[in-house]
Amino acid sequence: MASITIERVAKSFGEVQALAEVNLTVADGEFVALLGPSGCGKTTLLRIIAGLEAQSRGRVLIGERDVSDLPPRKRGLAMVFQNYAVFPHLTVFENVAFGLRMAKADKARVLAQVEKAASLLHIEGLLKRYPAQLSGGQRQRVAVARALAVEPAVLLMDEPLSNLDALLRLEMRAELKGVLAQAGTTTLYVTHDQTEAMGLADRIAVMHGGRIEQVGTPSDIYDRPRTRFVGGFVGNPPMNFLDLPVRDGKADLGGMTFPVPAGSGSQVLLGLRGEDIVPASEGEPGFVFTLRVAELLGPQFLLTGSAAGGQPMRVVLPAGGTLPPLTPGTDLRLKPDVARLSWIGGDGIALEQRS
Amino acid sequence: MNPRPSRFDRALFFTGLAVLCVWTLLPIYLLALGALGGRDIVSQWPKPFAPFSVALDTLRTFLAIDGVWRATWVSVKAAAMTMVMALAMGVPAGYALARFRFRGSGAYRILILMTRAFPVAILALPLTVSFIRLGVYDTPFGVALVHAVLATPFATLVCASLFMGIPREFEEAAWVFGCSRFTGFIKVVLPLALPGIAAASIFAFVLSWNEVFAASVLTVRQRPLTAFLLSVLSESPLHLQFAGGLILIVPSVLFIFLVRRRLFAMWGIGNR
Repeated sequence: MASITIERVAKSFGEVQALAEVNLTVADGEFVALLGPSGCGKTTLLRIIAGLEAQSRGRVLIGERDVSDLPPRKRGLAMVFQNYAVFPHLTVFENVAFGLRMAKADKARVLAQVEKAASLLHIEGLLKRYPAQLSGGQRQRVAVARALAVEPAVLLMDEPLSNLDALLRLEMRAELKGVLAQAGTTTLYVTHDQTEAMGLADRIAVMHGGRIEQVGTPSDIYDRPRTRFVGGFVGNPPMNFLDLPVRDGKADLGGMTFPVPAGSGSQVLLGLRGEDIVPASEGEPGFVFTLRVAELLGPQFLLTGSAAGGQPMRVVLPAGGTLPPLTPGTDLRLKPDVARLSWIGGDGIALEQRS
Repeated sequence: MNPRPSRFDRALFFTGLAVLCVWTLLPIYLLALGALGGRDIVSQWPKPFAPFSVALDTLRTFLAIDGVWRATWVSVKAAAMTMVMALAMGVPAGYALARFRFRGSGAYRILILMTRAFPVAILALPLTVSFIRLGVYDTPFGVALVHAVLATPFATLVCASLFMGIPREFEEAAWVFGCSRFTGFIKVVLPLALPGIAAASIFAFVLSWNEVFAASVLTVRQRPLTAFLLSVLSESPLHLQFAGGLILIVPSVLFIFLVRRRLFAMWGIGNR
């Protein structure tokens, strides 16, 4: 077990800057997800930690040890690859044992470790088979077992579930969480799937354009996005952003006024999640939302329309309970949950969370 | 699904197939007929479809010629050395082409092909002179040296495409789990590429086995089979020449037949 410390790591491929001075610490035993759209640098960062890519600047520490210039094999880590990279010429047993064999572990230990990892991943029955005889999900399990068998100080996972079909992904996600919690391995997990990151991670680092935009617990990320990008990337539907005028330190949303934190100019961006909006009852203050489309999504309605001078907005209302008539074109009176508003300045960074 | 081929397409397909078959099989058939049909069939016309009595005397006579076995042994030695040298250079060079991006890799690739365009005939005299000076003239090693020059470009390009077909992640996984670049290559890349490398090496072997010009120019007494047959049989009766030809092509045809699937795979023809 060990922590991972990334200090001012930067990477350029020729003229293209893939990573711009990234700092991140993963505590011992912690599960951190690197979340971001494709091309944000998350996989590059992971490969730099693994030693498969050389950083242009900065240092990587595993535990107290500076591994920046060590080859992958000397870093004491294991990795699960996106396409599994299970060796096709070796049996499942030899695949799982590969790391131990390279470390010249004695026979008894190899056997014990392989058995342990195999039972953890439920692949005891497959040990004699070759990868070609396995399904995608089984190969995935073998790849994870191979990584856990060496009892690595640090486990790196590069989109390990993205090649599985949706149902299997859900199943493996739950299982992975259980297995990794049991193993207690420090894990860095790259994904572009926010539900995966939300469901698995202790903390999430949201990346965008080669930078880490925000690091925090899943609820931090969801409830208090530090930047406009995070709010827009995390959550489904994404957070609504409304450009509001500010007068006397108060923002005006269709007649409702809200105090705005210091630092805003004459304009402020209000970040508002669709599910933090409820219909306003008679006599209560509210703003006008012009409904365009209403979709029933099982337990809730997704309303698409506009508010605050024609700015697009999406609202999620529970399907049960009393609802106003949802005919397209009608104006609904709604009110936001005042405790769950995000205020974002002109530079795209939340006003309360400047550092 | 493809639409059903029309009758015309099918006719075209089978005509093409027949032409190709005749093109490759007819010479072999005539060769075999001449070698096995006895003395008379060689000059007979029209030829019978099959020899009515297979006579092995010709082959027997041929194999009894003084020096045939020695020449065969020289051929085997030269071909084996060619194979080893072509692989020793082709495998690392192919790996470099497949895995490293270096300045001039494209030019290098073309340069490799260019060596094949260089006529051996022009090189013959200077080669002979320098081989005599180096003391490798008239040895299987000297012949193998030239054959390796011919076989290496092929081995390099084939190995490069083999290695490119092996996903990088396999190697990266090997590195992460404790391999250096070298042990990773030995433990993961090589086993996966082995069938293809075996095919490439057999190809190198056959290339050397069949080559006649350099073999003739660079040897006097230690002649490989091709060169030996050329010098000995040019004066012999026709049916003996046929017998020599047949014996010469048997190993090549056999080897190529054994690795045909691999060769197709190497050349990117995805047949089963």
